Amino acid sequence: MTKIEVTVDGAKYADDVEPRMLLVHYLRERLGKTGTVVGCDTSNCGACTVHVDGRSVKSCNMLAVQADGHEVTTVEGLAQDGELHPVQKAFHECHALQCGYCTPGMIMQSIDLLNDNPNPSEEEIRTGLEGNLCRCTGYHNIVKAVQTAAGGAQ
Amino acid sequence: MTATQERTSSGEVGRDRRRKEDQRLITGRTRWTDNIQLPGMLHLAMVRSPFAHARITSIDTSEAKAATNVVAVLTGEDVKDEQGSLPNAWPITPDQKAPPHPSIAVDRVAFAGEIVAVVVARSAAEARDAAELVDVDYEELPAALDLKDAANDTTLAHPDLGTNKSAFWKFDSAEAGTGGNVDEAIEKARGDGIVIEREYRQQRLIPAFMEPRSVVVDPTGEQITVWSATQIPHILRFLMAAVLGVSEAKIRVIAPDVGGGFGGKLQTTPEEWATFMAARRLGKPCKYTETRSESLMAGHHGRDQWQKLTLSATKDGTVTGLKVELLADMGAYISLVGGGVPVLGAFMFNAIYKFPAYQFNCQTVLTNKTWTDAYRGAGRPEATFAIERLMDELAVELGVDPLEVREKNWIKHEEFPFITVCGLEYDSGNYEAATAKAKEMFGYDELRAEQQRRRDSGDPVQLGIGVSTFTEMCGLAPSRVLGSLDYGAGGWEHASVRMLPTGKVEVITGASAHGQGHETAWSQIVADRLGVAFEDVEVLHGDTQIAHKGLDTYGSRSLVVGGEALVKAADKVVEKAKPIAAHLLEASADDLEFSGGKFSVKGTDKGMAIGEVALATFAAHNLPDGVEPSLDSDATYDPVNFSFPHGTHLCAVEIDTETGGVKMRKYVCVDDIGNIVNPLIVSGQVHGGLVQGIAQALFEEAVHDEAGTLVSASFVDYLVPTAADTISFDTAHTTSPSLTNTLGTKGVGEAGTIASTPAVVNAVVDAIRHFGVDDVQMPCTPARIWKAIHAHDQGGGTPTPGDAAPHFDEQDVADRTAGADDTAGGAQ
Ligand code: FES
Ligand code: FES
Repeated sequence: MTKIEVTVDGAKYADDVEPRMLLVHYLRERLGKTGTVVGCDTSNCGACTVHVDGRSVKSCNMLAVQADGHEVTTVEGLAQDGELHPVQKAFHECHALQCGYCTPGMIMQSIDLLNDNPNPSEEEIRTGLEGNLCRCTGYHNIVKAVQTAAGGAQ
Repeated sequence: MTATQERTSSGEVGRDRRRKEDQRLITGRTRWTDNIQLPGMLHLAMVRSPFAHARITSIDTSEAKAATNVVAVLTGEDVKDEQGSLPNAWPITPDQKAPPHPSIAVDRVAFAGEIVAVVVARSAAEARDAAELVDVDYEELPAALDLKDAANDTTLAHPDLGTNKSAFWKFDSAEAGTGGNVDEAIEKARGDGIVIEREYRQQRLIPAFMEPRSVVVDPTGEQITVWSATQIPHILRFLMAAVLGVSEAKIRVIAPDVGGGFGGKLQTTPEEWATFMAARRLGKPCKYTETRSESLMAGHHGRDQWQKLTLSATKDGTVTGLKVELLADMGAYISLVGGGVPVLGAFMFNAIYKFPAYQFNCQTVLTNKTWTDAYRGAGRPEATFAIERLMDELAVELGVDPLEVREKNWIKHEEFPFITVCGLEYDSGNYEAATAKAKEMFGYDELRAEQQRRRDSGDPVQLGIGVSTFTEMCGLAPSRVLGSLDYGAGGWEHASVRMLPTGKVEVITGASAHGQGHETAWSQIVADRLGVAFEDVEVLHGDTQIAHKGLDTYGSRSLVVGGEALVKAADKVVEKAKPIAAHLLEASADDLEFSGGKFSVKGTDKGMAIGEVALATFAAHNLPDGVEPSLDSDATYDPVNFSFPHGTHLCAVEIDTETGGVKMRKYVCVDDIGNIVNPLIVSGQVHGGLVQGIAQALFEEAVHDEAGTLVSASFVDYLVPTAADTISFDTAHTTSPSLTNTLGTKGVGEAGTIASTPAVVNAVVDAIRHFGVDDVQMPCTPARIWKAIHAHDQGGGTPTPGDAAPHFDEQDVADRTAGADDTAGGAQ
């Protein structure tokens, strides 16, 4: 067991974890942050995407111990004072989700993409989301949501 | 309450309402089955067979049992007297051969991935670790892997059955009295007409829903509670009770938030059975969540057919007959509705056309692969692919535009309702209108001109235009028809509307959404019907203790069947409220009219909102004599017919003839799905459906090696398209309201998937037809396209560059030797 201290969605946690525990399992099972989900075992689907120190990370591809001393944001920590994040709003507005399973990861990845490139082209959006799979939407409305959040959807 | 009534809206149906479901899904406030943690919960891990076919000679569980925090290890031997056989609800013929289907294999495994032992431990990680310690000895048996070989009984998938042939199912229009004799039509065409003969491959696909399947069973308490990531909580409850010998009333099934299904969660699974048996034995809540590789390997697959097709026509292009001979790979077991999937396509090969003679023959075949069952479209994509590919081939033979030969043969709009050669009555449609609109949006003539320019100049990038004018039968289904097809259940749906004293409305539906947006669409329907606010309607579903009755969600049935049940239940509420309102308004019920949520006395300004009637009914202080104090109403609706959406899909692809690379340039579809409840939700269904159909055409295939192991058992190798692989679509609608339900709606859940596959493959073939190509086997990978282009070279051309995933190349070769000769050299 290794002792870690992490900040998740603004709250501080201290825990003893098994060294092999993945960050995503720590979030889900120890902290009850079940908004972040698991979709694969090969780091291909992106369903587990969170931010670590403000950058998107696949939390199935990182150990909980590696998050020691870092700040993690999940989809549950995006809304501030009951106000949705603009990307959350855009996903709702553009019908960019159906079953919603890929959605937490898609939203986290989209935010990261827009942080890097506030005015992406359609192609840049599509490439930027390449690591996140969605089986329901055909991506059409996800792309639209990112454009809308960027203010560029005309 | 009056405040509520003032917000009363009308015209909800047809509005692009944003979804009610979204709030919890975009904030992570979700209830996936795997989230559930219960006190003392135990976790399961499966030991699975690495062999496609083997005898289990011994299983040593002692080391696993001794591992830390392991509570139990169950083998097939341990549960053989209680596990029964997983159900097959659709035996398509009385003499269908189906091997018993244990959830945990007892002495033999029939596909790689089959469960041979179950480890139960205090944590999932400990269960998985201990699963590695279970020592199973196998004696490998020859495996039946190739579908055509299996159909010849070369190797037996289940030696005890003595054959791999499960069932032969036939429809013949002459025998049924619905059309002519197809063999005569073909014979005649051989003399003085045109005969097109082709063989197409429907590759094996994997539904690949994003949420892996998960099940929790809690045996504490009076009812055993089962949470499952399933599309079919009601069917699961009924069949668990029937097979496992528990009273149905003692089982409660809950499908909480479910992350997609596409048919892949229309199943009663060995994993559900094993978890149930473990929980029952141990008296503790048990959970099993599959990994992605388990999901791809052991969740059911879809498609997997060889299609032999013979189409006859007169010299002017009028089709005179179509004969279909299918081989359908069932995999190792005949699963819930797996045997019936090809039969769902039986009446759709004739599609939108007026064929006078038709015959459908299907042989279902057992192999030692993962079993197959419904995948989005189930039977109908296969049928649509075949006929839409053939119509293109006929157009080439005639030297006319592919839309022209279609129009020559399709049902004209003034001919509806039309009874097809299969005896189905298409209620409404307008193929001319959808096609005209699609052509205009697409810029059809300009693209054809560009194609010609590129041909003439020998441009290395060639343009192909693909057409698909599809229809399908959905809205499953009239119970009598299902009965006549030997399906084990009916096709009705149930709804209840409960009027709460505060004026809010609770709607209970037997449909079980897993991404389709029922909570929103059902609210719109009820808001209109009862004249209450959209926000005041709450839709409950997916828990058999709340929605006690239903037949769940698949086959594009929820709106056209479940929505109609809802309309009927809502109308009953109004009927029940009317005498009470009349009594309270001191008027005769005959003088009342109901509109905009209000009962008014004709010719006066006296009136009362339905919410007020609900409160008065709740108080029950002043009701007419003999009237029960309740407005709540139920309806169970059995559809009178299938639903027949249709549409015209046009696809343009660019093919780099030097590399075989495909780039989708434009995709236009105009779907006629009758009246639309929520255009936003419809657009989502169409986009998602299109990409799944496009993925079959270009990317996806479940590939097995020669030993029968699934090679594409991760998202590295099973190529679910990404955002970077796809484009934005141009979608639109024409509207021919359905005549068979009150709202005039038609199903849309599967339409995109059914229509798009042939549109894309037709485009690919069209782009390279001048190289002598008349087919490219799906998925049309760059390697296959390149080979098709160079198949007629005189020893020229450089060898194919290696595919990104080399095993696809190997499979490619294997498939050709298995008979896919058209792929290699079609254009004779
Ligand atoms: S769970 Fe699939 S990438 Fe992390
Ligand atoms: S919304 Fe279902 S997987 Fe993306």
